[in-house]
Amino acid sequence: MDRSSAITHVILVAAVVVLAFPLYYAFVISTQSLDEVTSLPPKLAPSTHLVQNYADAWSRVGMGRLLLNSAIVALAVALGKIVISLLSAFAIVYFDFRGKRLVFWMIFVTLMLPVPVRIVSTYQVVSVLGWVDTYWGLTVPLMASATGTFLFRQYYRTIPDSLAEAAQLDGAGPLRFLWSILLPLSTANIAALFVILFVYGWNDYLWPLMVTNSQEMRTAVIGIDSLIPRTSQLPEWNVAMAAAMMVLLPPVAVIVAMQRWFVKGLIETEK
Amino acid sequence: MRRAVFRNPWLPYALVAPQIAITIVFFFWPAFDSLRLSLYRASPFGDRLIFIGGGNFTRLLGDPAYFRSVATSLGFSLVVTVAGLAVALLLASLANARIRGLAVYRTLLLWPYGIAPAVAGVIWLFVFHPSFGVLPYLLSFVTDYQFNWFLKGWVALTLIVIAAVWKQFGYNLAFYLAGLQAIPGSVLEAASVDGAGPVRRFFAITFPLLSPVTFFLFTLNMTFAFFETFGLIHAVTQGGPGDATSILVYRAWKDGFDGLQLGYSAAQSVILMLLVIALTAVQFRYAEKKVTY
Repeated sequence: MDRSSAITHVILVAAVVVLAFPLYYAFVISTQSLDEVTSLPPKLAPSTHLVQNYADAWSRVGMGRLLLNSAIVALAVALGKIVISLLSAFAIVYFDFRGKRLVFWMIFVTLMLPVPVRIVSTYQVVSVLGWVDTYWGLTVPLMASATGTFLFRQYYRTIPDSLAEAAQLDGAGPLRFLWSILLPLSTANIAALFVILFVYGWNDYLWPLMVTNSQEMRTAVIGIDSLIPRTSQLPEWNVAMAAAMMVLLPPVAVIVAMQRWFVKGLIETEK
Repeated sequence: MRRAVFRNPWLPYALVAPQIAITIVFFFWPAFDSLRLSLYRASPFGDRLIFIGGGNFTRLLGDPAYFRSVATSLGFSLVVTVAGLAVALLLASLANARIRGLAVYRTLLLWPYGIAPAVAGVIWLFVFHPSFGVLPYLLSFVTDYQFNWFLKGWVALTLIVIAAVWKQFGYNLAFYLAGLQAIPGSVLEAASVDGAGPVRRFFAITFPLLSPVTFFLFTLNMTFAFFETFGLIHAVTQGGPGDATSILVYRAWKDGFDGLQLGYSAAQSVILMLLVIALTAVQFRYAEKKVTY
C-alpha cells in the first residue's frame, strides 16, 4: 500500500508539473527582454523586464478597457442567465399554466442552437436592433440557455411541497416564497452556475468577434490579437505573453477561489 | 410531476417572459432566418438576395474543400477527445490508491479549464515557434526535420490538438480520479484474489464502472472540440496553412463574415444545426439506455 501510494503521488505530481509548464514558460517569457526571448537556447528562468512588458502590453491595446469590457460581459452574462433561468424554472415547477409544455420545449430546443450554428443570422438580428458594438449586443443574446433553467428545475423538484404549502398558510405569496425561502436554499447552485458562466462569458470568442468592430468594445481575449507577432513583425513575444497572462488571470482566479462550486457546476450543467 | 402549489393567472407568464423573449428573438428567429437565407444568394453588389433554392447545398456538397473541413473537424474532435481521455484514464488508473491531498491535486489540475482556448493557443504557439520555441529547439537535437507549423499542415494540427488537450486534460483527470475513488476497493481485491491481472481487472471492472464518467467526459470534450475551439483556430492558425486547420465552425464564420457569402454560410449553419440535433438525440437515447448513474 505504501509503495502504491508513492507511485500515485509521483504520477500526480508529474501530471501537475507537465500541465503547469506551459504557463510557467509563458510567464518566464513575459519577464524577458526581446533579446532574451529570441536567443537560443531558450532561457527558462525569469528575468527583469516584467514591469516594462506588462506596461507595454497594457498601453498598446488599451488593456484597462479590454479587461473592463470582459468583466462587464462575464458578470452580465452570468448574473443575467442566473436570474432569467431562476425565474423561468420557478414558474415551471410551482405553477400550472396553459402552454407550460410549449414553454418547456422551447427552452429545451435552445440546447441545440448554440451560437456557432446560427452565425450570420444572429448577427443580422442584432444589427436590426442597432445593438452592434454595444454592451447590449455583447450580453443579452447570450443570456438565455437551457442549462441554467434545467439545473434550477431539477433542484426545486427536490424541495418538499410542504415547504411551499407552509409558506402559503403563513400568508406568503409566490414571490415572497421565492425571495425568502427558495433563493437562500439555492445559493450553492447559484454559485456553481456563476463560476461556469463567468468563465464562459470571459472566454467566449466567436460572439464578441462578430458583434464588435471597435477596439473600445472588444473583449480581452479578442483585443490582444494585435499583440501576437505575425511573421513579418518584430517577434515581441514577451509583450504578447504579458498580455496573455493578464487575460487568463481573472477566470483562473475565479476557478481556484470557488473550486468547490466549480466542480459542482461542471457536473450539474452537463447532466 | 410535482403538484403546482401557487395559483395566479398572469404571474407564471411574467416569470418565463424574459427567457422566452430572448429565446424567440435570438434563437428561433435566427435559426429560421438561417433556413431561409440558405436558399438565397447575395447579388453581386450585395444589395439584394436572389432565390436559388437548393443551390447553396449542391455547391457545398460538390465542394471537396467542404468535405476536407468535415473530415478535419471530425478527426480533430475525435483525436482531442480520445487522446485526452485515454491518457487521463491511464494516469488515473495508475494513480488509483486511496490518497491524501486529493483536494489539493484537484486544484492543481483544474485551473487550466479557466484559460480561454485562444489564449491557450497563443501560449502553445510560442512553445512551437519554429525559431524561438522550446519544442522545435529540443527536437532539433533529435532530427533535422523542420517542425514549422507555418508550412506544414500536420504540425499546425498537432499544435491546436495539444493546446486543446492541455486545456481539457486536468479536469478529465480530476473526474476520473473522483470516479475511481467511488469504486469499492473490495471489488478489485476480490478479482485480484481470483487471479485477474491488472490489465484484466481494468477491462473487466474499472472501465465498465467508469462508463458514466467516460460518457460524460466524451460528450463534454467533443462539444468543446467541435464548437469552442473557434477562438483557438482564429487566434493561432486562421485555418491554415492552406486549409489544414479549417474546422466547420471556422469555415462557416469565414465564408459569412470575411467572404460575405451569407447564403453559403447560412447553408453551412443549417448543416451544423442538423448535426447538433442528431448528436443531442443520440446523447439522450444513449444516456438513458446504456449508462447507469
